[in-house]
Amino acid sequence: MPRKKPAATYDWPLEIHRTLRANAVRQVSYVPDAGHKRLIELCHRDRRMTVVALTTEEEGIAVAAGAWLGGERSALLMQSSGVGNCVNMLTLATHCAFPLVMLVTMRGEWGEFNPWQVPMGQATQDTLERSGVRTFRLERPEETGATVDAAARLTWNTNAMTAVLIAQRMIGTKTFETVEERR
Amino acid sequence: MSTAKKPAEPLRRREVVSALLERRGKLLVVAGLGSPTWDCAAAGDHPLTFSLWGAMGGSCAVGLGLALAQPSRRVLVVTGDGEMLMGMGSLATIGARRPGNLAIVVIDNERYGETGMQASHTGQGVDLAAVASACGFAEARVVRKGAEIAGVRAAIHAKRGPLFYQVKVKVESPALVMPPRDGAWLKHRFRNALLGEGAMA
Repeated sequence: MPRKKPAATYDWPLEIHRTLRANAVRQVSYVPDAGHKRLIELCHRDRRMTVVALTTEEEGIAVAAGAWLGGERSALLMQSSGVGNCVNMLTLATHCAFPLVMLVTMRGEWGEFNPWQVPMGQATQDTLERSGVRTFRLERPEETGATVDAAARLTWNTNAMTAVLIAQRMIGTKTFETVEERR
Repeated sequence: MSTAKKPAEPLRRREVVSALLERRGKLLVVAGLGSPTWDCAAAGDHPLTFSLWGAMGGSCAVGLGLALAQPSRRVLVVTGDGEMLMGMGSLATIGARRPGNLAIVVIDNERYGETGMQASHTGQGVDLAAVASACGFAEARVVRKGAEIAGVRAAIHAKRGPLFYQVKVKVESPALVMPPRDGAWLKHRFRNALLGEGAMA
């Protein structure tokens, strides 16, 4: 896998997709986030993956449990705000020891322009950890494959719940500001 | 044809669920928390029944993940009106994917039966079957008559889904019949029965 590319051109969504494939993930469910746009497209184009668009993130916890009951591995994509929607449903994975991988694009932490994203973004990691989910911070695009692979191995080797928190700095800060407004 | 006695009206939840699970064959069952879990246990605990004791609102999404993973098997979710109301968005999620092997039966007593029989929305004009129909389910309807139950059972095993049956039942609290409550054990039992002993490896 390429290691030397500069961050600006490193195709980290492709690396996530490749790593999910390498870990035999057959189902991917998501609530969309701009940071996951390319990964969602890659998963939809992959005929070996069944993709489920959710109405709320907690459904994805339950879909992943059902997939595992049926013998398939499932990964769940969301943005940090969605973590708050998952809390009680995580009981299902915790109590039953269902393996669960969440890929969370962070908002509210790096040059965020929308104040409504900040509270949940700030609480995301604590919320996950207090719910029993092991978290991996992903700050550097070139560490994407290794980080997602580490989370996936921990998940399916030990029936763990893991979340990879993809830093907003790495994704790029969404802005609707005009140059005029910034002055 | 069902060999069970045709349930009489007003429909009683235990008779309905027992009739639906009769000669279940290779059917995979997810039971939603509360009374439907007790109903499924009363019909006979089974390794291919995964009983939820929590995760309210999640039963249909569990059924969806299972149905997608096992496209050659029929999957039935048996849940209640309160649990279904909390997961109403999952009807849209299922409607968009349209798994042909998934059926949902809502045992609808128009009450939150485990918490003091408070009125639920389904007794106040909210039509869950109409919601499922609007979400694109292949069939979605309200069931009130015992004569319809054998047809529902047959559809669960054979008709192209997703299917949604909202079975109106009498308000009652039959004796608790509890399935095993250890979810990890239920999960392993289900996977072993479905996937073989290798599932534990």
